[in-house]
Amino acid sequence: MKRLLALAVVVAAGCGGSGDKKATEVVLVTHDSFAISKRVERAFERESGLRLRILQSGDAGEALNRALLTAGNPEGDVFFGVDNNLLSRALDGKLFAPYKPKALDRLDDQFLLDDRHRVTPVDHGEVCLNFDRGWFASHRIAPPRTLLDLTRPRFRKLLVVENPATSTPGVAFMLATVAQFGEQGWRRYWERLRKNDVLVTDGWEEAYTVRFSGAAGSKGRRPVVVSYASSPAAEVFFAGRKLAEAPTGVVDSSCFRQVELAGVLRGAPNEEGARKLVDFMLSPRFQAEVPLSMFVFPVRRGVPLPEVFRKHAIVVQKPLELPPNAIGANRDRWIREWTATVLR
Amino acid sequence: MDRNGASVRLALGAAVALPGAFLGLFFAYPLGSILARGLTGDGSVELRPGVLWFSVWQAGASTALTLALGLPLAWVVARFDFPGRALVRALVVVPFVLPTVVVATAFLTLLPEGQQRGILPILAAHVFFNVAIVVRIVGGYWARIHPRLWEAAATLGAGPASRLRTVTLPVLAPALAAAAALVFLFSFTSFGVVLILGGPTRSTLETEIYYQAARMFDLRAAAVLSLVQLGCVGAIVGVAGRLDRCVAGARMVAPESDVLVRAQGRQRVVVAGILGAAAVGLGAPLAALVERSLSAPGGYGLTFYRALGEETPALLVVPWRAALNSLAFAAVATGMALVVGGIVAAAVARSRATWLDQFAMLPLGASAVMLGYGFVIAFDDPPLDLRSSPLLVPVAQALVAVPFVVRILTSALRSIDERLRDAAAVLGASRARVIREIDLPLVLRSFGLAAGFAFAISLGDFGATVFVARSDWPTVPVAIFRFLGRPGAENAGEAAALSVVLMTMTMAAMLAADRLGGGRRGL
Repeated sequence: MKRLLALAVVVAAGCGGSGDKKATEVVLVTHDSFAISKRVERAFERESGLRLRILQSGDAGEALNRALLTAGNPEGDVFFGVDNNLLSRALDGKLFAPYKPKALDRLDDQFLLDDRHRVTPVDHGEVCLNFDRGWFASHRIAPPRTLLDLTRPRFRKLLVVENPATSTPGVAFMLATVAQFGEQGWRRYWERLRKNDVLVTDGWEEAYTVRFSGAAGSKGRRPVVVSYASSPAAEVFFAGRKLAEAPTGVVDSSCFRQVELAGVLRGAPNEEGARKLVDFMLSPRFQAEVPLSMFVFPVRRGVPLPEVFRKHAIVVQKPLELPPNAIGANRDRWIREWTATVLR
Repeated sequence: MDRNGASVRLALGAAVALPGAFLGLFFAYPLGSILARGLTGDGSVELRPGVLWFSVWQAGASTALTLALGLPLAWVVARFDFPGRALVRALVVVPFVLPTVVVATAFLTLLPEGQQRGILPILAAHVFFNVAIVVRIVGGYWARIHPRLWEAAATLGAGPASRLRTVTLPVLAPALAAAAALVFLFSFTSFGVVLILGGPTRSTLETEIYYQAARMFDLRAAAVLSLVQLGCVGAIVGVAGRLDRCVAGARMVAPESDVLVRAQGRQRVVVAGILGAAAVGLGAPLAALVERSLSAPGGYGLTFYRALGEETPALLVVPWRAALNSLAFAAVATGMALVVGGIVAAAVARSRATWLDQFAMLPLGASAVMLGYGFVIAFDDPPLDLRSSPLLVPVAQALVAVPFVVRILTSALRSIDERLRDAAAVLGASRARVIREIDLPLVLRSFGLAAGFAFAISLGDFGATVFVARSDWPTVPVAIFRFLGRPGAENAGEAAALSVVLMTMTMAAMLAADRLGGGRRGL
């Protein structure tokens, strides 16, 4: 019984504390890929006078669903990490309260995805085909230059992709093929990839670190993979030694844009703090840090890129895109059709 | 004596309220909340035929195979004295705690091209993960079978095969039933192994629930599938419980010490063969991980281990902190599981509140993502606004550990000869004294094993913990996931180094638990 009492005390203490903290802290709800350096975190805390608490749970999809379950009575004040591919789900779920940060005029219009300002763009990254430079050099084959190349016999058994039903980059690459070949042609394209022995994995980890031959230390045998435009820069940055050239390259024409957005959560306990945090995420200081902390690109104009990005990452000039509402209306159906075409 | 008995019964009744409340508050309530939300919401429900069948048969095959391959090793570890025996007993638990994605990808790199996906890799991985359950639970029991049983059988002319059939297996039955039920449940709800080694065309109920809940956000489909899964698990637990009671009559164990012998003659070859096979089967994937953690860019070295002390974009804290977090959470979770599970076992062994026994098993069959989401919606209001409290981490770990504690302690308590208790009572000992002087010393050994498993489970971060948000409190498995999710040699290397750290912590915990339980021998 004593232990039951002790438990009750712990429980009571655990929830009693939250009430008076509200005005002094701001809580960021986000996914596992979010990263911020201690230096920048402290800068925010100094400028705003608020303590920043970060709640991470699962990947982008899992974290968003978790937030949707608590829409209106959120766990924190700001949600970061919904992307253009899942935006409609967040907006339909009435997750956010509108807020228009002053710094929006520093952003390109292409990133503004909601007229009602329920979400604010924070970074963008492109999902692209990556290839193993060493493999193509030693086999004396030219690396692929277009999506269509991968249906050719010389690229048989060379491609590994993620299942769009279970993976975020998988969804983006499927959308890339819809954007490229249209509602009429994209399934035929996948039929041809299937004939060319495309390998499908459940997630990015297996595709990139195990199946792809170009990742550091990998014993994989497939020299083309769906990853990010920044992955070659990451290979150099995390190589643990000096590399003159990235071991991997990017197929420019295969890239699909992912914009990551933040928003003030509807019913946030500290709405004012939430707005300060969204403002901070657009500040030059935070924007300059996103390349090396999350390996994505800043949305703010004129923010300098770090050297490893300038040298080894590809800044995609014309990414493939689809309007968010088209994605929202069709995404689940496309995934079902993809499954029927590629796996059944 | 009557008054004494009544008061013990009363105390037990009151004590049973604690595990009931724990499971009700932290399991039934959150899971019920999310199921209710799902069933009342809209969404389509499309039950793919074959998913249920595949879940059941792969789990059945995994269980049979794990028993078949685990029993020889259990026999060797239980009966024979050999150098490094304590180490083998600890090492066998290591695969059990490793994150599935780490093991599954290690399997992918070890298996030949073309054989990497399918039912065989799934079964192999399930054996690799769960063999610890068979070796430790059945082996622990086996070690205490009284040698006089065999001697008696031998005197009556029974050969080795006949002794195995007529003496050993019947006596082992409670432990076999307990281990089989646990292996079946773990394989039935297997997730990462099926996703990675099964390839995209195979799915179990667990992977379907995950897909519907975490990807499609179709809570209705997820809820219906969860109910099907819970129904199956309930049925399995019910059957296992019945089996357990049928065979609970065997009470011929020698609790005072292990009965170890040195292998002689031909036995030496057999024992060495079994240990060698175990070393290859269990050791190869682990050795591959150690090798990976040491292969730094400029040749072998400790670079990746040193990097665990430096700030990284993959985590909000310095990586080695994750090890401290894991130890702290695991200690709290083990305490919770031992209290809750200990009370359930004490009640169940006296054939009281047997429903609680089966209830305590159910968390093993609940989908982790649904329970995690259940926490979020159930604990969202004061006075129970716990959703982002770090307390939920050890709670979720304890939910998975409790069934182990119950199974291990119940079979230990049941194996105590009732005549011992009766004799003590006849000599005038009170019920409390009987418990203190007969039951407690006899189960202390099993208590060590239960604590070891509970700690290992918590270190391995099974189940819903992954879906509990934690701000600055990542555990080692969470940190491993974060590193694996990023490109580059350093990230892969630090993931491998952390896996080795996890292995080392598990070994240390199991060695300590064995020492705790076996310490009596030295006294």
